[in-house]
Amino acid sequence: MTRAVIRDSLPKEQRSVAVVDMSANLAGLEMTSPILTASGCAAAGRELDQFFDITELGAVVTKSIMLEPRSGRPTPRMAETPSGMLNSIGLQGPGIASFVERDLVWLHQRGARTVVSIAGDSVEDYAKLAKILRMHEGVDAIEVNISCPNVADRGKVFACEANSASAVVQAVRRNTDSRIPIFAKLSPDVTDITSIAIACVRAGADGLSVINTLLGMVIDTDTMKPALAGVTGGLSGPAIRPVAVRCVWQIRQALPDVPILGMGGIRTGLDALQFILAGANAVSVGTVVFNDPTAPMRVHRELSEALASKGFRSLAEAVSYAHRSGDEIIVNEAEAPSDGDGADQDLDQM
Amino acid sequence: MPNQYRGDVVSVRRAGSYFVLTLTAGAMAETARPGHFVALAIGGEESGLLLRRAFSIHGVQQRGVFGGTVDVVVSPHGAGTRWLAQRHRGDTVDIVGPLGRPFSLPRDPVSCALVGGGYGSAPLFMLAEQLRARGCRVDMVLGAANEDKLFGVLEAKRMASTVTITTDDGSAGVRGRVTDGLAKVMASHGTEVVYACGPMGMLAAVAQMATETGVYSQCAVEESMACGIGVCMTCVLPVIGDDGVTRMVRSCVDGPVFRGDTVRWADVGTVPPDTLGAPGVLGAPGGNR
Repeated sequence: MTRAVIRDSLPKEQRSVAVVDMSANLAGLEMTSPILTASGCAAAGRELDQFFDITELGAVVTKSIMLEPRSGRPTPRMAETPSGMLNSIGLQGPGIASFVERDLVWLHQRGARTVVSIAGDSVEDYAKLAKILRMHEGVDAIEVNISCPNVADRGKVFACEANSASAVVQAVRRNTDSRIPIFAKLSPDVTDITSIAIACVRAGADGLSVINTLLGMVIDTDTMKPALAGVTGGLSGPAIRPVAVRCVWQIRQALPDVPILGMGGIRTGLDALQFILAGANAVSVGTVVFNDPTAPMRVHRELSEALASKGFRSLAEAVSYAHRSGDEIIVNEAEAPSDGDGADQDLDQM
Repeated sequence: MPNQYRGDVVSVRRAGSYFVLTLTAGAMAETARPGHFVALAIGGEESGLLLRRAFSIHGVQQRGVFGGTVDVVVSPHGAGTRWLAQRHRGDTVDIVGPLGRPFSLPRDPVSCALVGGGYGSAPLFMLAEQLRARGCRVDMVLGAANEDKLFGVLEAKRMASTVTITTDDGSAGVRGRVTDGLAKVMASHGTEVVYACGPMGMLAAVAQMATETGVYSQCAVEESMACGIGVCMTCVLPVIGDDGVTRMVRSCVDGPVFRGDTVRWADVGTVPPDTLGAPGVLGAPGGNR
């Protein structure tokens, strides 16, 4: 009773935040929030730090970094689509040397947990990137981007083929400190995503990032030509959310224990909850940041409120909940209430 | 430092082909400088149009009846801009700003020419005011396809020493391009700095004219953006740095205002082969594949 009284004096959003343990663990990466940024949607954290405290994120996932500086593709690089967008950036970036010197140092000093996303043209590139990162502080995990659709040679999308995906993951694992978890980022543009997921885990991936963008195309009906200079691009945003939730669900069924970082069109806390229930241990918020720069903080708050209103005491309790059959369903003493204000009533019963 | 603000629509008024929106913007109105822009979200929290639209700040009022407000000029040519033009007093629009690098102002009272194409003239009036306050001479050249697409002619006449109007069809002012008018202004008034905002083709021509005559120019570019805050990497263009190296730079955070002689205008929309990290260049094996 006492606790409930204290909480009543707090603003409503803080009351429910206090109820749910939002900590998340991705293959040993301990985080105070399950909300991360998504690679390519947050640069290296500096810009978003103007809008909210990036140390409150689960982690910053950096834009994929390559060995050498890369100019990326010509413009137009972007086309708006229904509830989403198509991008064809072409992995523009400063190269790993400049990244570790400027961005990684800054993130470390800032105290942000950092997942460094890496991308390469060959297995050797990935191995070299891992070796370089091994020499630097401030890398909390590595996300291996084997699924960027913006490469001219589609045969080079490593994640489209189990053998090439494994080769890259193995090269990174061999050259990375065993305490640093590595996540393989998968493409949904495959016939059977679970077979690629299994191959990556066998090759040494500690976890999986699910999903990257889908390859798409828009034709400009004024010019009657492709809207993007790169012709095709990666589709992201709420439009792809059902595809992403399906991928998380399938991988969770195939691999009951592998850590999954879910992403693809998360805009609200309830969107994030879908991923958690489908089997994600944490989620990345990507394209929606373009619409709402403070979205990661809002999604955290909304997810916490949603979990509380369903009667969950922790995020971990909700992970994979949608997979449970009737007799496995945990019923807390604090029953899921039927109305939105139920979190408060629950407290009275505790 | 930019911030996010839930603005209320104070007014929407028509101006030729355009609409001027006045939005409450809190502290943004105090920190905004000429050349800064704002990024507006379209269609509310569940909108299927995710990308923000960028607008240069046309004017600010720091302490009015509604607190700080900003004015933007909207040309309703697509679903997002039509939505904005259809707002009514009291509606909410989510604003992020002030964004970008503004125009830099000369220390000395020099002679300035301000060139605007279409509603690209929007940020030039705040600029003109501040230049005048520093004792600068201000001449304005406004051009558009036709009379309806000119913006701010009356305001220009109130602020500038001379106003030159050009239209492609001759429906107002002189038939021709802004560069025709600019050449005459530069010759008669000893222009030392040219400021310009408008379509890329116009900026390219203005910057070239300034550079060829040894005049310093600053151009605010209109590149399409997805975020406006520097994270999406879509609004890039080739710009020569102080070290002589061309890079694909973001117009939202490194611009929108660039020195006219640093932008590789003829190469906008491409990645010139000598750009840092361009395909096939030494130092970037594999390049842009």
